[in-house]
Amino acid sequence: MPLSDNDLEALWVTLRLAGLTTLVLLLLGTPLAWWLSRTRCRVKPLIEAAVALPLVLPPTVLGFYLLVMLSPQGPVGHWVQALGGPTLVFSFTGLVVGSVIYSLPFVVQPLQGAFAAIGQRPVEVAATLGAGPLDRFVTVVLPLARHGFVTAAVLGFAHTVGEFGVVLMIGGNIPGETQVLSIAIYDHVEALAYTQAHWLAGGLLVLSFGMLLAVYGANRRFAVTRP
Amino acid sequence: MKRAPQSDQPGIRARYRIGRGDFALDADLDVPGQGVTAIFGPSGCGKTTLLRAIAGLENCRDGELRVGADTWQDQKYCLAPHRRPIGYVFQEASLFPHLTVRGNLDYASKRRRDKARRIAFDDVVDLLGIGDLLTRRPANLSGGERQRVAIARALLSAPHLLLMDEPLAALDRDAKAAILPFLERLHDELAIPMLYVSHDADEVARLADHLVLMAGGRITASGPTAELLTRLDLPLARGDHAEALVNATIAVHDADDQLTEARFSGGSLWVPLNALPVGQPVRLRILARDVSLTLTPQTGTSILNHFPVTITELAKQSPSQLLARLDADGTPLLARLTRRSARLLALAPGSRVHAQVKSVALLA
Repeated sequence: MPLSDNDLEALWVTLRLAGLTTLVLLLLGTPLAWWLSRTRCRVKPLIEAAVALPLVLPPTVLGFYLLVMLSPQGPVGHWVQALGGPTLVFSFTGLVVGSVIYSLPFVVQPLQGAFAAIGQRPVEVAATLGAGPLDRFVTVVLPLARHGFVTAAVLGFAHTVGEFGVVLMIGGNIPGETQVLSIAIYDHVEALAYTQAHWLAGGLLVLSFGMLLAVYGANRRFAVTRP
Repeated sequence: MKRAPQSDQPGIRARYRIGRGDFALDADLDVPGQGVTAIFGPSGCGKTTLLRAIAGLENCRDGELRVGADTWQDQKYCLAPHRRPIGYVFQEASLFPHLTVRGNLDYASKRRRDKARRIAFDDVVDLLGIGDLLTRRPANLSGGERQRVAIARALLSAPHLLLMDEPLAALDRDAKAAILPFLERLHDELAIPMLYVSHDADEVARLADHLVLMAGGRITASGPTAELLTRLDLPLARGDHAEALVNATIAVHDADDQLTEARFSGGSLWVPLNALPVGQPVRLRILARDVSLTLTPQTGTSILNHFPVTITELAKQSPSQLLARLDADGTPLLARLTRRSARLLALAPGSRVHAQVKSVALLA
């Protein structure tokens, strides 16, 4: 077996983190992306810029501020603990919070694009046919934006799998709790264990490429079936 | 809270003021609650905005809308679009691309607001001739087929008011010609009032019972189509295609000469033989340029259709030409003539003359 128990644990933490993060992002990102695609509000550019920030910021900068905010002395961490919440730094929960912020643009932007591409017309048609707001969203917007959801989910998942800087800053390197694949690889390289680093790095490469291939393949199929 | 008084006349009353940049709609609409009302005007005159406001799709607070005895919108109250019992046909068919034709139709009938009212699926499918298309996807339909499905979908939502926004404008000539008979059948067979936005005078002449003219965001005239088409002060009568509508009934078929006689208030008109039953009401169109006037009834003429009329009004159409409004015992007609002819024959409002009609078109 080329993978140690420690490696398998890191893989499991990574998959759990990416899965949970993607789920949270789809739940939060859908209404946010819908609002951004429809609003003519003046604060829209402000929100859009804030959402896109993780695209350009060094993960260490993001991780540093998250650490300051989420630590028990920080403004957010203090209140969460005062209200009986979990510790947010050096814990799996903290990683999820950090990852949600870190991967936000990768989910919101494809969704916003897909919603904008649908336009106002199908929604208006549904309204004139008697469909209420939620009905319109579920029966018209969701099916028409499905390629956006596939893209958003895969990019959000893949990007979270690949994160390193933010995790290191707020999660540390606790095996079974906060040690993810990218950090395990780093450890192997530090220890000059190149064979094990190869197995993990190669696996990650293949996994990421496979997911992206699935997205582009699916989008091509959607593009063909859409008029 | 004061409820708006219920009007005795079950008509459609809409009043909307919408300002948006350099465009302003200020429309007061009051039309009958039955038959087809065409809203006619050049593009950009606000007719689509008015229709969208009636559907509840325009965000506007300054509006009032009553349909029959029901108030849909006033200063304090606004019915959401999905609660208004309307059918809306957009200029582009706008079918849901992720559903089949049947899926699109079912979407409408499942959500119809008036559950007591049911329009039979098969009847609508037959009426619009889309029985063969039910399993197809919108992407695989022609423009005309898509628009027919869109009309069927609007009908299956069992509307109390059908709103059509230039449903034929995006179609080519052939598709348009193919779909007009379906719209005429709708008009004849369904008792749903219809507001029909158009900038095509031919569609209006074929379909509309009542006509509303719009320009620059305002309603400039409203009345029965036959009346408005022949009003000399309105732009419709000024064009080269100035026309009059004649409501007539089929009276006699003459198989020998292959002609059919249609009677109207001013006499009778012969048209090419058709298969319509005797007694059937029909709509005929007579262009102003096909009508000439004589002082006495002509005998030695090849023109079959002639009858006495009274000139009610004369208006200058060009430096050399006049337009005369005629009354054929209650039916208004138009005739185009030169100013010289008018002077030589001493024609004036009140003159009793004879109209000769070179060509009559049977519309429906």
